[in-house]
Amino acid sequence: MTVVSLEKVDKTFGKGGVTALQGIDLDIGEREFVSLIGPSGCGKSTLLRIVGDLIQPTSGEVVVNGKSARRAREDRDYGIVFQDAVLFDWRTVAKNIALPLEMLGWDRNRRQERVKEMLRLVELDGFGSHHPWQLSGGMQQRVSIARALSFDPPLLLMDEPFGALDEMTRERLNLELLRIWDALGSTIVFVTHSISEAVFLSTRVVVMSPRPGRITDVVEIDLPQPRSAETREQPRFFELVADVRHKLRGSDELVSEAELIVAEEGL
Amino acid sequence: MTAGPTAVQPVPRGVFARRVGRGVRDWIPAAVVFLLGLAAWEFGVKALDVENFLLPPLSDILETLWDDRSGLIEAAWFTFKEALGGFLVGSSAGIAVALVLARWRPLASAVLPYAIAANAIPIIAFAPITNNWFGLLSPWSKIAIAAIICFFPVLVNTLKGLTSVRPSSIELMRSYAAGEVEIFRRVRIPTALPFVFSALKVATVLAMIGAIVGDYFGGSQDSLGIVIRRDAGIFAFDHAWAGIVIASLLGIMFYAAVATLERLAMRWQPSARIE
Repeated sequence: MTVVSLEKVDKTFGKGGVTALQGIDLDIGEREFVSLIGPSGCGKSTLLRIVGDLIQPTSGEVVVNGKSARRAREDRDYGIVFQDAVLFDWRTVAKNIALPLEMLGWDRNRRQERVKEMLRLVELDGFGSHHPWQLSGGMQQRVSIARALSFDPPLLLMDEPFGALDEMTRERLNLELLRIWDALGSTIVFVTHSISEAVFLSTRVVVMSPRPGRITDVVEIDLPQPRSAETREQPRFFELVADVRHKLRGSDELVSEAELIVAEEGL
Repeated sequence: MTAGPTAVQPVPRGVFARRVGRGVRDWIPAAVVFLLGLAAWEFGVKALDVENFLLPPLSDILETLWDDRSGLIEAAWFTFKEALGGFLVGSSAGIAVALVLARWRPLASAVLPYAIAANAIPIIAFAPITNNWFGLLSPWSKIAIAAIICFFPVLVNTLKGLTSVRPSSIELMRSYAAGEVEIFRRVRIPTALPFVFSALKVATVLAMIGAIVGDYFGGSQDSLGIVIRRDAGIFAFDHAWAGIVIASLLGIMFYAAVATLERLAMRWQPSARIE
């Protein structure tokens, strides 16, 4: 079953302004882990927000979970994780995770039960009564993932969720995300500017280029599942990383050196 | 996860005093400075033989304060009620208008420049006018001036708080299909609380100034402002100073009460414990 289907999606900001996205066609199937990668300005975050109905496309069709993007959002069909954890300081960790459950009208006992489960899932047992400022950046991001998954949405949208973290924490959270993905069986759309992260996590990597933002290549990642820390040392991993890098570079000769450096930051 | 999660140890929750205030030991330096200041006043005035109309010695003032305590407290209570009334009316109006403006943003951009300009006006200058509006002897003329003085800073700060929400917080709420009301209730209002309270603390001071200066322009014989003005006029400087001391104590207590409310309302904040 197709979870996300994009057809001829265009997005222009302002009247006759910047073309952020042009002619985007993309289908994402159930249980897929799809990364969107490209230099800044390629519209990857915009594309993610169009899927989440946080931005409306100028033209084209967006179908999420078999319905319009708007309907899917209203039905709470997806959870979202941003680069910044976006935790509310006035809520404890447990209450932050319970926020969507409160809005769905779950009763107290059911909420507490689920929060406990989610804390275990992201390995933060015992931190429920802490406040966000008492946690490290990596822990905050795990709370944010727990919140996004708490109501069991079929789709998880992630916008550079580990972009602000140090390399060590990032690799650890990559493994943890794969474990969660495996355990819950959700579909994930993941925006990143790190090539190695995209290759390591995904079943498919969508390469995008800027001005106008468009999809230039799709790379199937045939690394065996489940992946582990050793996956990063396999020759096939390096081949795929090199492949994605070439496609990023070839995708647009106009991409400046600076942007390539940004795109390659991960390796 | 291999390495155990590390986190800042939570500050242990304790008794009321520990939640809202600091430990006794943290107060010692400030208390020493306070006592030194009082001693310098008392002995400095005597040693330098300062004229009574410039500054009476502290002991004289405290003596007068004690002898005349019932009359002074009565006058202070009268004026405090004016200040409190103005504070409540002005602050609630400020918060209410800010909520409306934050909800209908085009309205805010039309009105806000004037609110900011009004915030810079010395509104106390209107005190004689409000005396004419509500009657010289009516407490309502003082409540009105105190309310107008409190209104603008509370409005401007609350609006700033309500609109300084990170865009990603709004996106998160929209991803949960939250409507405007829910976004206000769960995100905008809690985000605005620190802004609101810092405005309310300023408003306590402004309300006291409004009420007392309002009295100076004429008011009930029972009010503290009139007592201070009259005593200074008849060279009863000890008595006037005793009134000023009472007014200062009241102002500090008013401020401290709102600051305590703030700490209770925002216990989540690290500054509420570490500060």
